[in-house]
Order: sequence, then C-alpha cells, then structure tokens
Amino acid sequence: MKEKDLTVNLSGVRLQNPVIPASGCFGYGYGMAEYYDIDCLGSISFKGTTRAPRFGNELPRVAECPAGMINSVGLQNPGIDKVISEELPKMREKFHQPIIANISGFSIDEYMECCEKIDREEQVEIIELNVSCPNVHGGGMSFGTQCESVAEVTKAVKSVTTKPLYVKLSPNVTDIASIALSAEEAGADGICLINTMLGMRIDPRTRRPVIANVMGGFSGPAIFPIAVRMVYQVAKACSVPVMGCGGVSSARDVIEMMLAGASAVQVGAANLRDPFVCPKIIADLPIEMEKYNIDSLSDIIGGVRL
Amino acid sequence: MSQLEYIFTIERNEVLNYKTRLMTLLAPADAPADLIQKTGQFVNLEVEGHFLRRPISVCDWEPGRLTLLYDVVGDGTAIMSEWKPGKKVNVLAPLGNGFNLERSGQRPLLIGGGIGIAPLYWLAKELVKQGKEPVVVLGFNSKEELSWEDEFRNVTPEVYVATAAGDYGVKGFVTDVEAVRNAHEHSYYYACGPMPMLKALGQTIDIPGELSLDERMACGFGVCMCCSLRTKDGAKRICKDGPIFTTEELIWK
Repeated sequence: MKEKDLTVNLSGVRLQNPVIPASGCFGYGYGMAEYYDIDCLGSISFKGTTRAPRFGNELPRVAECPAGMINSVGLQNPGIDKVISEELPKMREKFHQPIIANISGFSIDEYMECCEKIDREEQVEIIELNVSCPNVHGGGMSFGTQCESVAEVTKAVKSVTTKPLYVKLSPNVTDIASIALSAEEAGADGICLINTMLGMRIDPRTRRPVIANVMGGFSGPAIFPIAVRMVYQVAKACSVPVMGCGGVSSARDVIEMMLAGASAVQVGAANLRDPFVCPKIIADLPIEMEKYNIDSLSDIIGGVRL
Repeated sequence: MSQLEYIFTIERNEVLNYKTRLMTLLAPADAPADLIQKTGQFVNLEVEGHFLRRPISVCDWEPGRLTLLYDVVGDGTAIMSEWKPGKKVNVLAPLGNGFNLERSGQRPLLIGGGIGIAPLYWLAKELVKQGKEPVVVLGFNSKEELSWEDEFRNVTPEVYVATAAGDYGVKGFVTDVEAVRNAHEHSYYYACGPMPMLKALGQTIDIPGELSLDERMACGFGVCMCCSLRTKDGAKRICKDGPIFTTEELIWK
C-alpha cells in the first residue's frame, strides 16, 4: 500500500490528520490521556468556555434517542480565567498538537473579552466561536440564527484577535449558507458546522420531558446526513475552509464529510459511546483511503461529483 | 494508561424476581486479575441497538468473573435480560472512584434500597475479610422485589430487611429498621439506593458516611458533564469523581 497523506491545513494551521474531538465531548483532553496517547489526534476543540464559571443546567441532562442522544449540559465550565490558569497547562502536558479554543458567550462584550484572552495563549492556534449552543437562553444559538448578529459578533471578535477565527454554526436555521456567508463577509477565517439540532423527548410514564431543561441538542449518527448536506451547502457558498461536524463515527464518515467540502472533521457524540473512536478512525483512515483510491486526504476536499 | 475497553463473555443471566436479574460475565484474557480495583466502582455495557451504554454497579468481582445485579427498567435493560450465556459484551471497566474502606470502623452500617443493594455486597465481603463486622440493612417495596438476602447472610450474620408493603421483615423503610434508628451506635455508614432514601438517611443519621449516587449518564468516564453534581467543593462528575460521595461533601437541599 502506498504511503497515505492524512495531513490537512486549516487557514495555515497544519494538522497531522483531520480528526478532531468536538467541543463538549472530550473535556480538555487530559482526562482521555489516561486511556490513550491523545497526541495521535489532529487537534482538540476544548469544552465551550465562557467569561464566568457556570454549573450549567439541572439534571437530567441527557436523553437517549435512536442513533443518538440529546444533551442539555448548558455550557458548564470553570470560566475563561481558570481555563487559562488551570485547564490549559494540564492539557499542554498531555497534548502537543494545535489546540482549538471553543469560546461561547451571552454578549458581544463577553465574546470579545474571552477571545482576546485566549488569543494570547500558546498552542491555541484556532479560535472556534460558538454562536450555536442550543442549551442556554439569551446567548449561544440566538447569535447564530441571524445573519446580522453572526456578522456583528464575528467582526467584533476579529478586531481583538490575531489567530484564525472559525465560527461554529447552528443547524437550527432555514438557510445555513446565508448565515455562513455573513460570517465570512464579517471576517471569519473558517466555518465549523453543525452544532446539535434542537430536540426533545417525553417519558410516557411520567408525561414529563426527559431533559430537565425540556429541550436539548440532538447529536449522534442520526444527524450525519443533515451535517453532510449543510457542510456541502456552506462549502459551496463560501471560500473559507469548513470544519465538518455532526454524527461522524467512522473513517468512511470522515471521507464522506470531506467530499462534501470539509477540510477537517470533528467527532462528537461518538466519543461518549466509544472512548477510543478517534484513534480507531485515525488507524482506519489509510485503509479506507486505499479502498477509494485516495493518496492524500487534502485532494478530496469538496470532491463530490455531481 | 489503562485499557478500559474489554470484551466479556456472559456466563449466567438469570431471573431473581419479576424485575431483578443476576448476570455474571467472564473476563477476557487481557483483563488483569485486579481489573476492578475497588468496591463501589461500576462498569458501562454496550447494548446493541442503543447509542448510550448502560452503567451498572459491580456487585462482586473475583479475578476473571464479574457479577452484576440489574433491574429491567427500560428498553436497554430489557435487551440485556435477553442475553444468553456465551454472548460477547463490550464493557468499559473500571469506572468511578469506589468506597473508602479505611473509615469503616469496626461495625459499619451498610444500607441498600432496591437495586442499590448491589454494590454493598462486595463491600460487605471486603469488610469481613478485614475482620470488620458489617451490619446490613436492605429495603424493598415488597417481598416480590426481594433479592440477594441469602447471599448477604452468607457474608455476615447481621442482616435486616424492611419492606414498604410490610409483607416481609420490618414494615416500612430502611430508616424504620432499629439498626438505622440507632445509627449512633455505629461510627460510619455506606448507602446506595433511590435518591429519596439517600436524602432521608442524610437527614436522619448523624454519623458520617458515604453514598453511592445514581444519575443518567452519557459517557461514564468524565468528559461530557451530563451527570454533574453540586457539592461543597464545587461541581463534581458523578461518573468520574463519584459515584461515591461522603456526607461531608454532599449538599442536602
């Protein structure tokens, strides 16, 4: 078998492979280093971080679904200052690849403050602006569902940061391409999509929602076809790179997402079922590439034949 | 680094009563003899057709054999109840922190409610091995939910049972059993059971102890933050920092 080239490039940041654990499904990485060498990963997008520490939503925060799950964690995190002083040093001890910092917020001012702080951090090479969390009121998704507010927060953060800025979009919109274009026109260096889909389960025995917060974000293999469709639409509309995310659980899924237009691929909920899914995907990629006559993964980005 | 993922083989999967099942699983050759290091730890089983795993307390561990008790409460456990001997199961183990035996004192109280009795069994065995004299209190809704009483009696002579329906043992809850009412005669307790039972214990027993908490989990190994708990030391993950928490850490509302 010919040597396979798994490297990809995100706005000048070279990744050894396109496989990235998605924010919220991997903590700050070092916990998973108990189980495998996390340096095999392309990058890690760390847990969504806000200005102030947050406990998040009440429990239960999780509901199982056919081929997926709903979560409503609600951005539990220790706050940007503790992330920088405590979590990042622990992460850097175990992980020596580029880090993606996932930043969330409730106001433009908060996004700016957090992004400006994280921008100065060594090894953080990409900032992922989370304007798509479905689990908090007044922040997150409400920024990400309108072109004007996406543009406004993107422009504001761009003015205080130097590193590539990827805007993570919500799929809970009617026209994903126009939202992505607004982010690009406002200066985004890339787009990440999709965050979770708003979902709900009801327990017939109690007639109550399974999730304490009533609704939550639906993820897992069930949403993969939607993610592929949206990555395809956005990659076609925009000229900046796209990170694909949503229901990815195999090397074949990674290849499919890249054919749709993704330059790198995030793996989310699959980590929660199989903690070793990312190293398994990375080990499987050369075998799958051979099957489909691919020598270099970068060659297939957006390569879907119509 | 710990391997975490093992393929076990079902040895037995038997009916104990209308909802409780006993499952024993044989460990694979790559599992160390001390795979489950501490009583009170749990395992997370992959169930076909279901996205999330099923976290189950370890009822007993001896090198090579894992014993679990589980209730059939939903679709996932219903599928588990159909598993036949010889079937391979993907298991994440060990998970969670486990009980601390060092604080037990000579005659600790072990209080279990419903399926919460499971992790107390191996704990009782380990305590007896250390020369301790555990006093076991088991609570059930009714006699038809009773299980594992004889097994506990084979470990320690002092075993008391309460049923809410009053059709077996003391009528009432575990808090109605004399040993629990006289908890001050003991220096420490260990409990596992439904949250209302744990809260009742936390409010009526004034000796320190540790409680095994149960909550809907996604990962079971500490990355998703779906089972967070407010404690006096801040937010903790029930799956990773727990499931065992001391009465000093817990906040009773």
